[in-house]
Amino acid sequence: MHRTKVKIVEEALDANNTIAQANRADFDRAGVRVVNFMSAPGAGKTALLERVVADLPGVRVGVLEGDVQGSMDADRLAALHVPVTQLNTAPSFGGECHLDANMVRSALPELPLDEIDLLVIENVGNLVCPAEFKVGEDARIMVSSITEGEEKPLKYPLMFRACELVLINKIDLLPHLDFDLDRFLYNLDAVHPGVERILVSAKTGEGVDEWREWLAKVGSAEEVRV
Amino acid sequence: MHELSLSGAIVNTVEKHAAGRRVSVVSLRIGALRQVVPDTLDFYFGFVSKGTVCEGARLGQELIPARLRCASCEREWEIELPLFMCPACGSAGRVEVACGDEFEVESIEVEEAECIAQR
Repeated sequence: MHRTKVKIVEEALDANNTIAQANRADFDRAGVRVVNFMSAPGAGKTALLERVVADLPGVRVGVLEGDVQGSMDADRLAALHVPVTQLNTAPSFGGECHLDANMVRSALPELPLDEIDLLVIENVGNLVCPAEFKVGEDARIMVSSITEGEEKPLKYPLMFRACELVLINKIDLLPHLDFDLDRFLYNLDAVHPGVERILVSAKTGEGVDEWREWLAKVGSAEEVRV
Repeated sequence: MHELSLSGAIVNTVEKHAAGRRVSVVSLRIGALRQVVPDTLDFYFGFVSKGTVCEGARLGQELIPARLRCASCEREWEIELPLFMCPACGSAGRVEVACGDEFEVESIEVEEAECIAQR
């Protein structure tokens, strides 16, 4: 018995990225744009989708709802008469805390790709792992709600750097909290300088028009490259 | 917490190259920006590698500091906190990561049986 050193030099997530590219190619062939929608649990992803998915001008939206278990979020969105597909990580994927390219691939046969222009993949609520795993998306959007505090960009830079748009949600609570918006924006620009951001309240509807336009722009784009 | 997911990715990558041979060492290059906790990665790797060619393998973790480069003034510097602004010229939009976002399997050591036929 002897030992041999084998040189590899390969990004450990290459296997995931390869599958993500295959997903992307399938979505492209179907003419469907894809958004990976991420945040901590309770930041308001589903509430923000409820505000816009049913009336994106000229864009038919479908949702792939990622959760460890349950279909509460999917039920809320299905009530708006948009096609929703539930993907639970608990039964087949060991209760993973995020979606990866392979999980999304497994859901492809169930997605009504010929009936939609834009697929929003609502990731499992988590600020860490979803940032590492591409799933075949054109754009990545994250939600940071002001109840989470000003320091989140500094604590979770991978996530804040991985996205093209940051939705700053629950701004209706600004008068009631100690949250310092300027400090949050300073931290955000320190981690991801100039990243697009929209101040929004899923509750009052403030900023929702701008959010809808941003999403519609992705959904109607001929070609988007992350 | 992402060390569990990353351990799975390491095992997948190694399995592809090990071709069924038992692996004794996995050498990684890990950039500081990946926020990996070395002890946690060791722990989860030991757990995830059970029943694979990596079972019992030692993880070598080479940690790469995070260095940024300003494309405006060409200054390069190391960071502790993830602050992507140039301390020299204040430029933010043209700051690039020089190193520190790696998460690579650099090499593996595999155990090979002596080939009797060739003696």
